Order: sequence, then structure tokens, then C-alpha cells
Amino acid sequence: MSVFLVTLRKELMEQRRTHRLLVVGVVLIVFGLLSPLAARYTPEMIKLLPNGAAMAQLIPRPTIMDAVGQYLKNVSQFGVVLALLVTMGAVAQEKDRGTAAVMLVKPLPRATFLVAKFAALAVTFSLSLLGSALAAYYYTMLLFHAPDPSRWLALNALALVYIMVHVAITLLCSVIAKSQAAAGGIAFAVIAAMGLIGTIPGFGEYLPGQLLGWAGGLLSDTPTAYWPALGVTLAIIAVSLAGAWWLFERQEL
Amino acid sequence: MDAIRIEGLTKTYGAVRALDGLDLTVASGSVFGFLGPNGAGKTTTIRILTGLAHATAGRASVSGADVTADRHAAARRIGHLAEEPAFYTWMTATEFVDHVARTFGVSQSERAARVGELLELVGLAGVGGRRIGGFSRGMRQRLGLAQALVNRPEVLFLDEPTSALDPAGRKEVLELIERLRGQCTVFMSTHILADVERVCDTIGIVAKGKLVTQASREELLARYAAPIFEVEVKHGLESGLAEWAGELGRSQWVDAVSVAGSTARIVVKDTDVAMRELLPSALGAGLMLIRYEMMRPSLEEVFLRLVGGERAP
Repeated sequence: MSVFLVTLRKELMEQRRTHRLLVVGVVLIVFGLLSPLAARYTPEMIKLLPNGAAMAQLIPRPTIMDAVGQYLKNVSQFGVVLALLVTMGAVAQEKDRGTAAVMLVKPLPRATFLVAKFAALAVTFSLSLLGSALAAYYYTMLLFHAPDPSRWLALNALALVYIMVHVAITLLCSVIAKSQAAAGGIAFAVIAAMGLIGTIPGFGEYLPGQLLGWAGGLLSDTPTAYWPALGVTLAIIAVSLAGAWWLFERQEL
Repeated sequence: MDAIRIEGLTKTYGAVRALDGLDLTVASGSVFGFLGPNGAGKTTTIRILTGLAHATAGRASVSGADVTADRHAAARRIGHLAEEPAFYTWMTATEFVDHVARTFGVSQSERAARVGELLELVGLAGVGGRRIGGFSRGMRQRLGLAQALVNRPEVLFLDEPTSALDPAGRKEVLELIERLRGQCTVFMSTHILADVERVCDTIGIVAKGKLVTQASREELLARYAAPIFEVEVKHGLESGLAEWAGELGRSQWVDAVSVAGSTARIVVKDTDVAMRELLPSALGAGLMLIRYEMMRPSLEEVFLRLVGGERAP
């Protein structure tokens, strides 16, 4: 077994034993389930409020696009929060506790150490998003109609790339910082700055946030692809990982 | 062949010079005691030799591999036990040693036997299935030793291996180190002189990032330990003892004299003259002796003489 697979095995075991896989899975699946339900029954719930019937008449009849919008909003928001929480300690905590020093005097390259962590997090978010996607697909089918499977798959692939760019940025911050809390703080600041830059006219369509716009339109009649945003997102992932490796190689443990 | 060769090793942290042109060689198969006060540069040296830190200048090789040029060069040939080893606390002891064995590429057929053998060696066989999170410091130290031996290292680095242990744990770890004699080179940093006296055959004393001296234990004692005599008088004769000690201190062959209660401690410059003159002098002064002894020089005296009073800034 190569040292990468040995390290990946340990990382996956850690995701399972420390309940990170369970927490990420449960949160994303629950919000996957709730999204089409919320889209379908929001008008009914509003009717129960005082003067709700009048207000509900103003709300257009829910469609599958509302369910998709709700789903994307939930998995992207909670996905980013979870990405930050489960990744911020990935390297910083190992440096702080000394486990990184114990393992890295052995024939374990630092690049392998980092890539195995990223791969394990990718597995965790992929499995959790798969569960969320299946749950959301089932309820969307029950309450509206079955979305086109290939487009549903593409929509979730884009959501996964969107979450993974945040994992990559947080992993870089975890290498930069000496403590888990500092890593989380830096990552939050970087992600917030990226969000602000996205609001500048002409910039947003090239940033990761545009992937959600692309994913949201996939089930419409006229979907629009934003390949530059995908390219930039993949480039941010690559640069974050390369930067994390470059810095980590120069750090003393 | 030298297991470790260090030439002009320098490490600076800003304005602080942790290592200042350290030169050192450690012969293969020896149990080397790397002795020095806190802040002398012991841990920094080990961190550079194991690839955890970069040298600012100088060269160092371990088992013939230049670790200053490529820090991973010796990774397959070394074992390392940090002062306070850290582990994945959610793993069991067996799982952790197995994980380390996998990292070294130990084959599946050999792995289970090797893990069992190591846990047996360090006395953790009975708790191999327990989570490390519940281990005491002593158990962690022993587990640290087990994981450091997984690859049958040519050079084993031990950084203050007994400083966190109680007397029983310390004894066990020292016995383990003694058992490794001849199997691999042991490079042990410590400030506990008794440990060095017990297990190390060669000693290097470091202070302020520089090697003060390096020699075999016996050579070091012969070279640096000043001969000391103790004279104890009958109770009630302390004033006579103090008077005699005062006069003795002016003798050419005496380096220093101190009196505590009914005992005088005399550090001499010339042992032969002292052996000839000291006893007649005491008897001539009318002292009634209940003990007259030439003390065995200790490593502590050598250490204090060479680096006495030095502390990290």
C-alpha cells in the first residue's frame, strides 16, 4: 500500500471515528430533505399566520425551480460552514498537538500528508452531498416532478466544487496558522473577502459563487454555463493546495 | 563509521543563536548522552537531525545521509521519540503502531507480529486495544518508544526520554535503552545526569549551542572531575574542624574547602599529595575522625564545572 493510501486510510478513519463524517452527512441530508418540503409548503405555512391567507395569495405557486433554489441555498451555506469547521484544524491542530511532528519524521512527504487530508475531506463531502442529493431528489419528485437525472447530477457536481474550494482555502489557512481558531478566523476573512469581491460588477461571474447561479439554472429551460467561473474555482483549489504545500515544506515543526 | 556527523551546525531564531557552530560525531553502536542545561540547543539539534527544522548553516549527516541537504534522506533509517510524544488519541495503541508500520511499508505478513512484539517490549501488550486518549504520560512515553522502533532504526533519537516519568517509569525506559545497546545507535538528549551515568557510554556536553566537550564517560571523569575528600569529625569538634579547614585552604595542593556541620569537603589539585598530607594534617590538628573518604568523582561535578550556572537567556 502506498504511503498516500496509508495516510488516506488514517484520515478516513479519523473522519469516521471523530464523527465528522456523521455530522456533515446528517446536516446536509437533513437540509436536502427539508429544501423541497420548505419550497412546497411555505405558502401553506404562511396561511396559518394571522392575515396569512391574503399574504399567501401574493406568493406565486411553488415550482420545481423554487425547490432547487432552496436546496442550493441550503447545501451551499451549510456546506461552507461545515467546510470551515471540519477543515480549520486539519493541519493547525496536528502542528499544535505535535502529531504532525511524530508522523513527518517518518518517510511521509508533506505533500502526501496534505493531499491525503484534502482527499479525505473530498470523500466526506461527496458522500454527504450524495445523501443530500438523493433525499432532495426523492422529495422533489414526490412534491413536484422528477428532475432530469443528468442535470441533477451536474447541479450537485457544481455544488460540490463550490464546497471544495472552501475546503481548499481553509486547508491553506490551516497550514498558515498555528492554531485551529486562528485558521478558522483567517479562512472566514478570506471567504468573506471573496464574497465582497463578487459583488463588484464584472467580477462575480468569474468567482466560485457563480457556480451556484449556473447550478440553479440547470433545471430551467434556458440553462447558462459559466465555464470561466469553473476554471477560476478549480484554479483557486489548485493554487490553495500548491500554496499550502509550499508553505508547509518551509515550516518547522 | 560515524552514525552522526555534525560540522559547524548553526541555527538562529531571529537574534537568538540556538546553535552556534556545533561540531559533533557519534560512533555507530554507541549510546550517546547529549547533555546540557535547558536552552543549550539539545532539542534544536535533534529537530534538525530528524528533519523537523532547517539548519541556518553547517552540515549534518545521519547514517551517511546528508539531512541538511535533504531532510528526508535518513527518514527510513531513524527512529524519534519527542520529549512529550503526541498521538492520535482516537486510535488504540495497536492501531497507532500498525499505522506507523504501514507508513514504513512493513508488509502485511510481518506487521501484526512486529506490532505485537513492540507492544510486548514496552510493556503495553495488555492495553493494545485501549484508546490512547486514556493513557498516562508514562504509557504514552512507552508507546512513543514502540513507534520509534517500528522500522528497526539504525539511529534512535530520544529527546529527554525520562523527564516526564515517575521513578518506576524512568527505570523501565532506561532498561529498554540499555537493551538497545549494540542493536542501534542511541542519541539521547537529557539534563538528568543520573540517566546519562547509567546508560550512556559516550557523552557530549553542550552549552550555548556549542559543544563543550565530548568523550567516553570514564575519560570525562578522569579529565574533568576534581578529586574530593571528605573528613567527618566526632560531634562537638566542629569548631576545631572549621579552624583546621581554614588553615588547610591556604595549602598549595588544595583547591577549595567547605565545611557543613561536622563534615569538611576538600577539593584538591593534586591527589597524590592529598593522599600523603591530608590525614596526618587532620590528626596533627587533634581532630577525632569518624570518617575519612576519597569521593568517587561524579558526572554532576564535571557538568557543573564545565557549564555550571549557565542557563538559557
